[in-house]
This record gives sequence, C-alpha cells and structure tokens, in this order.
Amino acid sequence: MAPILEFRHVSKIYNGATRALTDVSFSVEEGEFVSVIGPSGSGKSTILRCINRLVDATRGEIIFDGHDINRADKKEIRQIRKKTGMIFQHYNLVDRLSVVENVLHGRLGHKHTLTGAAGYYTEKEKENAFQILAKLGLTEQAYKRCDELSGGQKQRVGIARSLMQEPRLILCDEPIASLDPGSSKVIMDHLSVINKNMKITCIFNLHQVDVAVKYSQRIIGITLGKIVYDGPADQLTKAQIHEIYQSNEGELITDVR
Amino acid sequence: MSELVVAGHPPVSLDPHAYMRKTRSGKIKTAASSKGGSAVKLTLFVLLGLTVYGFLTFDYKNIDLAKAIADTFSNIRVLFGQPRLTYSSFAGAMGALLTTFSLGALATVFGAVIALLGSLLCAKNLAHPVAANIIKSFVAFIRAVPTILWVLIFTVAAGLGSVAAVVGLTFHSAAFLIKAYAESIEEVDEGAIEALRACGAGFWPIVFQAVLPSSLSYMTAWTFLRFEINFTNALAVGAAAGAGGIGFDLWMAGSFYFDLRELGYITYIVVAAVILLEIIATKIKARVG
Amino acid sequence: MSDNQTSVFVKRKRSFTLVFLGACGLFLVSAAVTGYDVIAGFESVPKAAGWMAKNFIPNAQAWSRLPNILAKLTETALVSVAVTVCAAGCAFFFSLLGTKTTKVNPWIGRTVRIIAAFFRNVPDIVWAILLLFSFGQNILTGFFALFFATFGMLTRTFIETIDEVSASCIEALRATGATFLPTVFQGILPSSLPEIVSWVLYMIETNIRSATLIGVLTATGIGAMFDLYYKRMDYSSASLVVISIVVLVVAIEMISNQIRKVIM
Repeated sequence: MAPILEFRHVSKIYNGATRALTDVSFSVEEGEFVSVIGPSGSGKSTILRCINRLVDATRGEIIFDGHDINRADKKEIRQIRKKTGMIFQHYNLVDRLSVVENVLHGRLGHKHTLTGAAGYYTEKEKENAFQILAKLGLTEQAYKRCDELSGGQKQRVGIARSLMQEPRLILCDEPIASLDPGSSKVIMDHLSVINKNMKITCIFNLHQVDVAVKYSQRIIGITLGKIVYDGPADQLTKAQIHEIYQSNEGELITDVR
Repeated sequence: MSELVVAGHPPVSLDPHAYMRKTRSGKIKTAASSKGGSAVKLTLFVLLGLTVYGFLTFDYKNIDLAKAIADTFSNIRVLFGQPRLTYSSFAGAMGALLTTFSLGALATVFGAVIALLGSLLCAKNLAHPVAANIIKSFVAFIRAVPTILWVLIFTVAAGLGSVAAVVGLTFHSAAFLIKAYAESIEEVDEGAIEALRACGAGFWPIVFQAVLPSSLSYMTAWTFLRFEINFTNALAVGAAAGAGGIGFDLWMAGSFYFDLRELGYITYIVVAAVILLEIIATKIKARVG
Repeated sequence: MSDNQTSVFVKRKRSFTLVFLGACGLFLVSAAVTGYDVIAGFESVPKAAGWMAKNFIPNAQAWSRLPNILAKLTETALVSVAVTVCAAGCAFFFSLLGTKTTKVNPWIGRTVRIIAAFFRNVPDIVWAILLLFSFGQNILTGFFALFFATFGMLTRTFIETIDEVSASCIEALRATGATFLPTVFQGILPSSLPEIVSWVLYMIETNIRSATLIGVLTATGIGAMFDLYYKRMDYSSASLVVISIVVLVVAIEMISNQIRKVIM
C-alpha cells in the first residue's frame, strides 16, 4: 500500500536566511501514530505546517494521498486542508462563540463560501456535532462560550472540530504543552482511541519524550532541521534521545577541536 | 461512533438530544445566549439607526454633491501634486513649525507635571477613595470641554498669544494624563506597595521606590502619545484661534490667500513633522520600556 | 549590596535624572521660542477663573437660546456618530486587507497600511481647510474632514486588534480549508467585534470634540454657534454652549463605559 504521506528532500528557508528544515525525507503509512520530537526551534512545527500548507516548503516534494502538496494550487490546497484536521497548543478557538459553533467550524472547508460565511449548517451536521461532543464528554458544555471552559475542555473542543472535518490525517501541534498532567492524559487517550478505532493517521509534535514513547508506534527525532532518528518508539535508546536533544552542541564543540 | 469512548475514563452516557436547544421551527440552535453578544448587536443597531437618521435630517443646503466631490479631487491633485510657497518662505515656515512644536511641548511638560501630582491623588491603590472620586469627576469635566474652547476662554483672560494657547492646551493635557497615569499606577503590583508599607515606608518612599519605577515606561508612552496629540492640537489652535505657529500659516494659505499650492507645501511640512515625531517617540519609548 | 542591585539603583536614578533634565531643557527652549511668560501664565488661571465666575454663567437670555443650541448640538452629535460608523465600516474592510493574518496579498496589505498612515498623519484641520474650497460652509465639510482622519486612525487600530485577538483562530480556520469570507464572518468578526465596538465608542466621543473645533473653522455645527456668541461677547450664551457640550460628552462617556463593561 502506498504511504498516505511522503516527504522527499524537503527544505524550508524562512525569509531567505533562516534554515528551518534541511533535506527532510520520511513517509507515513495510513493509520500510523507518529511523534516528531526535538528541541524548541528544531523545525517540528514547520514540518506539520508544511503538510497543510500553512507554511510553504522552499524545496522538495510532499506527497499526500498521491498529490504533490507543494505544487498544489489554491483549490487543491483547500482539498488537502479539508482532509487534514489540526490541533493546536493554544487550542485556537473563537473564544466568544459557543462550543457547538466552534465544532461546526470543522465543516467550513466542505461548504460553499457564502453558506459558510453565513454560518448556515444542516441539521445533520449539527446532529453530528452533538454526537462527537457526547463522545468527548462535552455534551453539557455545548452551549457554553469557549472562554468559560478549562484548558483540557478547550482542547477537546479542538479535537471535536478536527473530527467534524472527517479527516484522514490529524496534525497535533504540541497538543498538551499547555495542560496539566491529568488533562494531558485525557487528551492523549482520546487521540489514541481515535487513531486506533477510526483509523485516522495522527502526526504529533511533542515536547515530552516519555509521552511520545508511551503513545506512539514510531518516533522521528529532529535536530536543527535534520532527521537524526526515525524508527519504532520502543527501540529509542537513552543515547539516541541524548543525541536528539544534546548532540548538536557536542558536535559544535567537536567541530572546533 | 461508540468506539470513541476512552478506557479508564467515566463512560459518556449523557444523551445529547436531551441537551439540544431547538428553535420554534424545530431546528437545533448553535449560538450561546450571552448578554455580551446581544449588547454588541444592540449597540451596533442603535449606532446604525442614528447614522441613517442623521443622514436623513442633515441640512445639506442643496449642495451639488457630484460637483463638490469632483472639485475636491482636483483640489487634492493640486494640493499634493504642485506644492509651492508664494506668501511665506521656507525659513519662515520652519520657524512657525518650531513655534507649534514648542507650544505642544510646553503644554505637555506642564500637563505631565500636574498629572504626576494629580494621578498620585486619585490612583485607587494610593489615594483616599473620596478624594480620588472627586478628582476623577473634576478631571472628566475638564476633558469633556474641547481644547479649542479652553483656548478661546483663556484668550479673554490673558489676551491672544502663547500664554492663552499654552494654558488652554495644558488643561486638556493634564486631564488626559491624570487619567492615563492613574491607570498606569493602578496596574502596579499591589504586593510591591504592600511590602514597602509593611516595612513602615511613608507615602513618598513608596511613590519613588515602588510606584514610579514600575509605571515609568507606561507613563512615558502616554506622555509621548499626548505630545503627538498636543502638536496637532497646537496646529488647530493656531488655525482656529489665531495663536500663531504653522497652524495659522495653514489657515492663512487656505482661507485668506486661497492658495492650494501653498497649503500643499505647508501640509507636506506638517505631515513630515508628525511622522518624524512618531518615529522619535517610538525610539525613546523603546529605550525607556 | 551586590553589584547587580547597585546597578539597578544607579540606572533608575540615572533615568529619573535624564527625564527631569530633558523636561527642563524642553521647557526652557520652548518658552524661549514662543516667548512664553511663565508668570503671566500662572496669573492667567485665577484671572480666567474670576472672569468665568462673573461672566461665564448662563442668564435668562442664554436659556431662551437653549432650543437653538440643543438643535446644533444634536446635529454635531449625529455627525460624529455618522462619521465614526461610516469610517469604521470602511476601516474594517481595509483592515481585513491590511492585516498579515489573512494572507490576502502582501502587496495589497502594504499598500493599505501606507494609505492608512497617510490619512492618519494628515491633520483633520488640513482636510477641513481643503474641503472648504469645494464644499463651502456645509455640514459635509466637517463630515468628510473627520471621516478621513477617523478612517486612518481606525484602520490602524483594527489591524492591530485583528493581529492580536484573531490571529490564532484565523490560523485554525484556514487549516480546516475555510475560504476568506467564512474566515471573516465566523472567525474575525466574532472574536474582534467587542474590541471594535469599544474603539468606535471612543472615536464617537473624540469626534464630538474634534467636530466642535472643525465647526469653529468651517462655521458649522455647535463650534460655529460658540464662535458666534463668543465674538458677539455674549459670554452667557457661550457658557451654555460649553455646558451642553460637557453634558453630552460626559453622558456619552458614561454610556460607553457601561456598554464596555457588558460586552468585554
């Protein structure tokens, strides 16, 4: 089976000067649960945003579902974004709207521009939104404004919004970085179940190595925009973790010598 | 999608249908019912209504709108396209600019000094609440009177000239800055003030050791903002009250000589000065902040 | 005392001294340039207060003019509201193009920001003098003069508001595949509307004062009425004009504060 997502020699240079990614290549099979780990500023976030073209890669090919994302026009980008959900560290909800309204935002990519602008959703879509909220334990919160929710609840709304898209792939950008350990577990458990039972491919950016190792099948370690580890989570050794997070400084010192 | 239930967490048994709100026609509602949302809508509705009512009731004096607009465009083209000085010299204009700048600076300095004392007397975390309320109401009254009217009032008492202009401008500046400074002081961390009070520090040590150092950057930002406002106000006062400066030159060029090109030239000088002022203010703010 | 602490105190002392010296210098130079007489300045305040207490009080004749004054005041207030609402509408549209978050087009964005800066930096009195040529002493002269300045000011403010308040939800909506219009109506408007309304209320209040000034220049509205009584030395009636303006502005400020409390 062809992989759902493939990076081929992807590089990203910001403003013609700052190198974020250098010759990154990897592929993800349908249904995989992959975590990208690495120090801050190593390019984790750029990888995720290249997939749904919130960031344009400078060089290379990104093949998603048989199409080259990097050469997609506006219409094709929209098609790609429809099929990919995204979950953010700061939830990125419209705080002053209700929980249901935020969940329904997941349908905006599927709608005509004007019905979307008017906020007109079918009864079936609304029914579906309520069902998803029920699964995530947010039924009682449905009509609350998002600024009344706790962090963990907000992130569950973010998950609900991405499920509303009926995605094939969910990109999770530091989903638990702003949450306490309890809420973090709830969120990771939900995403894990979504991955297993709904067969939705999940790609994570994570800061917490232990969480990445516990939940994912596979880990990609990235340092200074380059992949330094790509393999099963249970084979990641202490030395390799050390390499992902520390070795760049060590390398620099050895360079000097 | 019952497969979504997460193991280890309480199973979700709430029936979503019991929680859905329906409209009269049986559709599922989605919006949150909040006081704020309806207040925003009501405010916008009233403002739009007042606007329409205004446009319907204004006395337009049978103006030929199409011609006036066409004339405006051709005037704008002359104004910005062919600037030329005829009645005044460049050096004269620069002198006038300096005068306007100085009027604004004097008003800002006086305003800031008065406001520094005034704000200490009416900041909630320092002052007596009764005194604070009295001062705040008085200041709101002074702010409500347009600057130009203060200047015209002082013209009677002090005669036409820089004294009336500066004192008039100062009134509004001081009132504006008292409010701004007081708000900056109210944002100072309560703990810092309490800690000094616990040490037995008096009013002035608290002001100099806790209040001023932590609110200095806010105060500087407000003061420079006011300086920019005072510069344009000094311009306006020069034009409308004949208090001199480059505002007066603007007025003469436009309404006495009817010379668009001269008006254009002076406008360019004024705009350059305003932009320069903004750049300098940003630089200094960055340094203090 | 450690070095670190010393340097903090020295730095603080130095910045206080600098501010103090800077203010003194500015004062001396400015006073010299304008020929400002400090003593006369201080004397003028009690003098003006005394004069106001004697002459600046509405008498029977002034009260008989109240209907006229209120009519002009209403006109000026309506102009301020209409100007602010129209300018806010245009400014919102332009701020959607000017903000970097919607990614419309970098060149259009830059152009919009330059246009906004232009309108913000040309003082309203220049517009007023310019418009006097083509519109004469008409209510529309003040309207358009205020419109241009308000438009420039609000465009910048709205761009800042959208950048600050709406950036994160814009990113999320773009990621779902939403196009420009749904992003605006479902993301930007709901998240930034309270801030925008708050700014509109503030500008209405400011514009009433500016309208008074422009009225003095263009002989329209309440400003012209004050100028007329003032030049006739009918100070009683002029004082009633001032009092009515104060009542209006304070009322608007109070209503605005109440609205802000509910919506923010």
